[in-house]
Amino acid sequence: MSYRSSVEIYTEWDIVAARQLGRNEAKKTGFGTVDQARITTAISELARNIYLYAGKGKIEIERISENGAFGIKIIASDEGPGISDLRKVMEDGYSTSGGLGAGMPGVKRLMDEFKVVSEPGVGTTITAKKWLH
Amino acid sequence: MPREVGRQYKEILKKYIDSQSEEDLYVGQQFSRRFIEKQIAPEDVISIHKTALLELLPDLRDEVWISMDFLIEMMIHYGLTLREHQSLIRKQEILQMEMNVATKVQDTLLQTTSPNVKGLDVGWVSQPAHQMNGDYVYFLNENQHVASVAVADVMGKGIPAALCMSMIKFGMDGLEKGDTDPRAVLDIINRIVEKSVDNSMFISMFYGKYDARSSTFSYSSAGHEPALYFNAASGTFMELNAKGLLLGIKTDVVYEEHAVQMQDGDFIAMMTDGVTETRTEEGFIESESIQQLLESVRDQSAQKMAEHLYNELAGLQEYRLGDDFTIVIFKKNPEEV
Repeated sequence: MSYRSSVEIYTEWDIVAARQLGRNEAKKTGFGTVDQARITTAISELARNIYLYAGKGKIEIERISENGAFGIKIIASDEGPGISDLRKVMEDGYSTSGGLGAGMPGVKRLMDEFKVVSEPGVGTTITAKKWLH
Repeated sequence: MPREVGRQYKEILKKYIDSQSEEDLYVGQQFSRRFIEKQIAPEDVISIHKTALLELLPDLRDEVWISMDFLIEMMIHYGLTLREHQSLIRKQEILQMEMNVATKVQDTLLQTTSPNVKGLDVGWVSQPAHQMNGDYVYFLNENQHVASVAVADVMGKGIPAALCMSMIKFGMDGLEKGDTDPRAVLDIINRIVEKSVDNSMFISMFYGKYDARSSTFSYSSAGHEPALYFNAASGTFMELNAKGLLLGIKTDVVYEEHAVQMQDGDFIAMMTDGVTETRTEEGFIESESIQQLLESVRDQSAQKMAEHLYNELAGLQEYRLGDDFTIVIFKKNPEEV
């Protein structure tokens, strides 16, 4: 069972569309209200980062299953400036102090698995998963 | 486990809805600690509340349930912020532990022993304003007749200052066999500091050398507070000034060197600006006040004198030091025959 859909992020309205898609998929996967809210918030943060720092990019959402476990996967990708210091953006208090939102550590906390691949000048791809417990 | 918490929460909530008594609120407040203990996020608390309410009062209007979902959404960032704070607190605890270790390492590393020279009484106090000391005292006891001391103040405090001092200490250790005249010492240390420290770190240093064979005290200064020389015969103080630039600014600095001849009962007090810039409610302390404090205990041992000055001045600041505080006293005693 693998079903993927995506939203291109160009404007702030696209963030709302990505949230809506994420919430629907989370609900279909069987997540409860709180986890739906967490997944949606994570998508929202990732989409907002694309909108603010890369200008444009894409949010893909996929329902996944592995060894009998069900979950949801978010892929946020852009061809923006990339992140030069990954350790720094993963530090608590780095982005949040500027009021920029939950930041990377926040997204990581909201989800179960989190992976960043980034190359300065090329772009960033963030993959995050959450499993039904 | 959260299910168990949810069940208990429902019972407490039911009691309160029925009675609305202070006692039940008290029970509820105690129970909220369990949420925190079990690290249940705020959004989960709302969810537990909603679940309990669905069972207790299933007939509430739909708008109520919808509003609860909205509240859950509102709480997600609170939950994240809470967890971020918890992780920052853990980080801070680790840093604090490392600081405690670093302070111990600094103490061991910068240990120095009072010199032992006939007819010279040495006393000193060095107290940091914060955890790590930015003042530094180093004694050198070349032979049975000669005792030297370096009193340094690294501008800026804490860890960077402490790291900087280790460097000075190793520079000094290398001096043991070389030229130990004050101007030569400052020249060497200045070169070491200039090479190793970036320009934002300034260090002042006073270097004094007492030779018991001639009873002379020679000294040089790298932009440091002047020392105070007390002449027992006349009962007067004199400032010991010597021109010289702060350490580490440029390599070719010429340090002046001067000397005074000490008589029995004379003493020299070398200090950092933590002493001379003691702040009281009326502003900086007067130099005369320091002189009076020292003169009032001139008959006591050098150590007692240093401690007296520290206690008095720290007392004026209600023991909250604004800056690192260091005083070293060299006092000439009659030689026992």
